[in-house]
Amino acid sequence: MMTKARRVYSIPYVLWLLLFVIAPVLLIVYQSFIGMDGSYTLDNYKTYFASSTYLRMTFNSVLYAFLITLIVLVISYPAAYILNKTKHKQLWLMLIILPTWVNLLLKAYAFIGIFSMHGSVNHFLEFIGIGPKQLLFTDFSFIFVAAYIEIPFMIMPIFNALEEMNPSFISASVDLGANAWQTFWQVIFPLSLNGVKSGVQAVFIPSLSLFMLTRLIGGNRVITLGTAIEEHFMVTQNWGMGSTIGVVLIIAMLAIMLVTGEKKKKRRRAN
Amino acid sequence: MKKKINWPNIYLFFVFILLYLPIFYLIFYSFNSGGNMNHFSGFTLENYQAVFEDKRLIGIVLNTFLLAFLSALLATMIGVFGAMMIYYTKKRQARNTLLSFNNILMVSPDVIIGASFLIFFTFLGIRLGFSSVLLSHVAFSIPIVVLMVLPKLQEMNDSMIDAAKDLGANAWTVISKVIIPSITPGIIAGYFMAFTYSLDDFAVTFFVTGNGFSTLSVEIYSRARQGISLEINALSALLFLFSLFLVIGYYFISQSNMSKKQRRLRKQHEEVAHIL
Repeated sequence: MMTKARRVYSIPYVLWLLLFVIAPVLLIVYQSFIGMDGSYTLDNYKTYFASSTYLRMTFNSVLYAFLITLIVLVISYPAAYILNKTKHKQLWLMLIILPTWVNLLLKAYAFIGIFSMHGSVNHFLEFIGIGPKQLLFTDFSFIFVAAYIEIPFMIMPIFNALEEMNPSFISASVDLGANAWQTFWQVIFPLSLNGVKSGVQAVFIPSLSLFMLTRLIGGNRVITLGTAIEEHFMVTQNWGMGSTIGVVLIIAMLAIMLVTGEKKKKRRRAN
Repeated sequence: MKKKINWPNIYLFFVFILLYLPIFYLIFYSFNSGGNMNHFSGFTLENYQAVFEDKRLIGIVLNTFLLAFLSALLATMIGVFGAMMIYYTKKRQARNTLLSFNNILMVSPDVIIGASFLIFFTFLGIRLGFSSVLLSHVAFSIPIVVLMVLPKLQEMNDSMIDAAKDLGANAWTVISKVIIPSITPGIIAGYFMAFTYSLDDFAVTFFVTGNGFSTLSVEIYSRARQGISLEINALSALLFLFSLFLVIGYYFISQSNMSKKQRRLRKQHEEVAHIL
């Protein structure tokens, strides 16, 4: 009786799995073997691996993502650690999460104002005697804004890992004579490593694909894998090449997931 | 005696400043009569007036909310049954495989989802517009609903279902009278997350939206590419207020969703907080 009902109510979910999870992945792989003229070909991959532009772009994209992740981690770990010790920490955590609910585009838009030639940062630089600098449309501004946007997504998993940790380990460590430094490096940090890993995953993968930031803040000077895909799909209409870069991005994503372990958690505020 | 400086709190304070400064910067200049974000010339509400007079913008805002409302509703319905299907898959291996497939869309970069959906819709001949955007939003919101509902199913007392069956309830009665009521907090949380996912999405929508239909994110993107317009600032201030309400709502939902184990752990943490 139960199984029959189960078969009925499972239908939409199974359809979703087939149509929106499995089919799109297969289609993007299929499309990567289609040339501009619509025939089956390996040309897209040949072009990709023969062209120094594509390879350099991929390398740069990974390098940017790495730098962004590193900066975000260095800022976020202490913040999560301190946050876990505060009173009313759930309230403070909500305040960390709140900026992620503000539309990403609006945050990027704010930085167009802040970093612009006559914007606040340049006013300040002028004031302290350095003089105005070109800030918008540079590598620096791209990395800064990307890091700004990703910070909450790193703080959350680290905070959760620290919070889930059994506090008696800390008491035990202190009772056994470890000083604060030893307790941190040998007990707390290893136990929070899972959070760090999910955080790295949640920051690194989107950093490879943030095309709106490279457009608005990087001013087309920074090209990431995401930008290249968007360019091929929406501007040059070369879907085959776009899909090929997409396959490269999927492989990069699988690699980073392999390195950071089995954790499959999404960025955003799902905690 | 000199008072000890509390470095950790100062650090935290700076992180908060960093996180909120750009947002308040936007809101501050929304009251600027000067027309740019460089120099504050004087206080005005003109920009807000402009938002409410901009018929196109208001239409897009309404579209965006309608889209979020509908996509979250559909995603919640499919997701709840999906979670039940995963929960009642008793073979461990099969269940883990299902869960991995469920999570594919959660870890995939937005561009990949957008590009592959675009290929998919073109392949099927579905016209790009409201329907393609709605389908995409439903599709990428389903996994989070499943993840929000599944723990509630695991917490559910299975003997209640046996009792209902023994008392003669059929499968649909069991679902509607026993299962659904006991997982309601998870369903609400799932709907909530799906709603905000839809509201926030830019990249996927950008790929599958076509010409006729636009959401708020896409509209902001195209306006921001043209430069500064304080109308956007005013809009962002209004949206920030809205997010504030959502966050407060989410806070209460997550508080009531907290399990006993989490509460106990939280108490223990407070006890050892002073040691380090």
